[in-house]
Amino acid sequence: MFTHKTFSAIAGLLLATSLSATYGQEPARYGFGTPVTQEELTKYFSIPADGRGLPAGSGKAADGAKIYADSCAVCHGEKLEGNPAKGIGGDKLIGGRGSLATKTPVKTVESYWPYSTTLFDYVKRAMPFNAPGSLSDNDVYAVVAYILSEAKIIKPTDVMDAKTLPKVAMPNRDGFVPDPRPELDLYH
Amino acid sequence: MKRRENVFYNEKAQRLAEEMILAEKRHIAERRSEAEGCDCKEGMFPRGNTTNRRRFIFAAGSLAGAFASAAYAQDKKAPPGAVHFDVPADPTKEQGRAVAADGGYGSRSQFETEVRWRFPTANEYTSWSMTPLDKMLGNLTPSGLHFERHHGGIPTIDPSKHTLIVHGMVGTAKKYTMADLKRFPSVTRKYFIECSGNGLTEWNKPTLKTVQGTHGLLSTSEWTGVQFSTIAREVGLKDGSAWVLAEGADAAVMTRSIPMEKMLKDALIVYGQNGEAIRPEQGYPLRLVLPGYEGNTHIKWLRRLEVSDKPFMTREETSKYTDLLASGKARQFSFDMEAKSVITFPSGEMKLPGAGFYNIQGFAWSGRGRVQSVDVSVDGGKNWYPARLESTPEPICTVRFSYPWMWDGKAAILQSRCTDETGYVQPTLKQLVAIRGSNGPYGSIYHLNAIQSWAVSETGDVSNVHA
Repeated sequence: MFTHKTFSAIAGLLLATSLSATYGQEPARYGFGTPVTQEELTKYFSIPADGRGLPAGSGKAADGAKIYADSCAVCHGEKLEGNPAKGIGGDKLIGGRGSLATKTPVKTVESYWPYSTTLFDYVKRAMPFNAPGSLSDNDVYAVVAYILSEAKIIKPTDVMDAKTLPKVAMPNRDGFVPDPRPELDLYH
Repeated sequence: MKRRENVFYNEKAQRLAEEMILAEKRHIAERRSEAEGCDCKEGMFPRGNTTNRRRFIFAAGSLAGAFASAAYAQDKKAPPGAVHFDVPADPTKEQGRAVAADGGYGSRSQFETEVRWRFPTANEYTSWSMTPLDKMLGNLTPSGLHFERHHGGIPTIDPSKHTLIVHGMVGTAKKYTMADLKRFPSVTRKYFIECSGNGLTEWNKPTLKTVQGTHGLLSTSEWTGVQFSTIAREVGLKDGSAWVLAEGADAAVMTRSIPMEKMLKDALIVYGQNGEAIRPEQGYPLRLVLPGYEGNTHIKWLRRLEVSDKPFMTREETSKYTDLLASGKARQFSFDMEAKSVITFPSGEMKLPGAGFYNIQGFAWSGRGRVQSVDVSVDGGKNWYPARLESTPEPICTVRFSYPWMWDGKAAILQSRCTDETGYVQPTLKQLVAIRGSNGPYGSIYHLNAIQSWAVSETGDVSNVHA
């Protein structure tokens, strides 16, 4: 027959056993993976609106026009008007200012894109479509300068670099509002 | 296609809409040709007449050639994902195929023909394909029928060379191999993913004819992977960390900025889908899953997470995936996929053979939690009746619902309406258009979660209508 004392002793023994067991424990850190060096990170980029991470180099519209003609015009049109043809489907890049509040809004870099840095990031990242990431940083600056100049957002002589690009005032900079959903009108 | 007074198509949109309708028409025609001898439209008796001569047009024989075994007929008649075998007169009078003669990985029956079809964007590398929702026999979407949306094609990635880099505002920037990631504790959860462009053709007028066309950018899978919170604790988050950039390893090097709050709440870095490795089309070997967020944010072929104090304003979160309102202002970072439902049987292009009993069926889902209830109307929304839920509601997962309908043979308009656990009620199209406007060739484009209407005529023909 178990006395209270015996029971306590057994319970205490069990508690001690469970505390000393090695199973069921989570380490503070698993420690998997390997540290990344700054060197390894240089091949990656993503450039927010303040221009953080923009690379060295520069370009202007005159140089960009040549690169555009060689690498971009086939999909985006010689006059940046876009090309909806089968197998291509390149977006229109300029025009459409003042159209956003109409029945026929035209969304382009000129009329819709709020940040010039997005254009740099996207061209460097994913363009030209058939050879993504193949343009040098100078080439990207130049093509961006050409598009912004054709859109009459900058002057044809303006030089685009890490300092000047984030300062470009895009026409639709203030055209965005945070998502308000769920929409209160649905609870009227 | 005729222009209606209140519908504005520019040249590109007009062409796309026309090609889209043609592509769907071709798909419908192919399905009809399979249902020879059936006096109904495809879909009414989806399991009927399987011994009929069938013509398989899609990617004929592409899989059959991949098998070396002589037991497999090198026949062109098998549909995608299947292998053709001759049908014996009596399968009880001869041996079947040898065990594991398929090489150890099974394929679907040669009589099953469901396929995704591609939305005919001009460029087939930046395009999407839709899940045949009306052919689904359960709640989970077969991995091979999961909808796709790619912006630079499907990359081929060797998992032994793939890594995930986590850096930015962290204590220690780290790089993880697939083997490293699989050593972490994992979770397994069922979630739907829906493209926020699902139904974009349907804002201004009913455009596509089938539920695959109107709602097919929706799929549900069981996902397995590591919680972002686990990785966050490993690398250590610095004060002020508020956003995380996710980047893919495809030709689009797709990037989206995700609020840290969401990442720490329920973001998963997944390598498993429906019990096996995720499919290449779904991001093999690694993708981000953000339960309830628009599909575009679930970055596939995930290679990098950069912790930041601000969003990066990527192309996809500024020029695309923003919602232009009638005022000319656009909503940004509209992540949530709100409560929605659709009737998949009967649905567009089906034909009911006559008055009598029909078990109405469909899907309901919400990006904000569980489906609380689903109502069905057979009179265009005048009267609503509770539907049966056929699967157990789980957070941010589809449920199947049904409603027993005795059709009197008169014209009817079928609708379903989802209420989620927050009490949000799926709105009508009219309500949504009143808020968001209808500017542009496709109206507001993204986040159409309105009630869908299917008209049933006295002849039993089912069609897509706005009601």
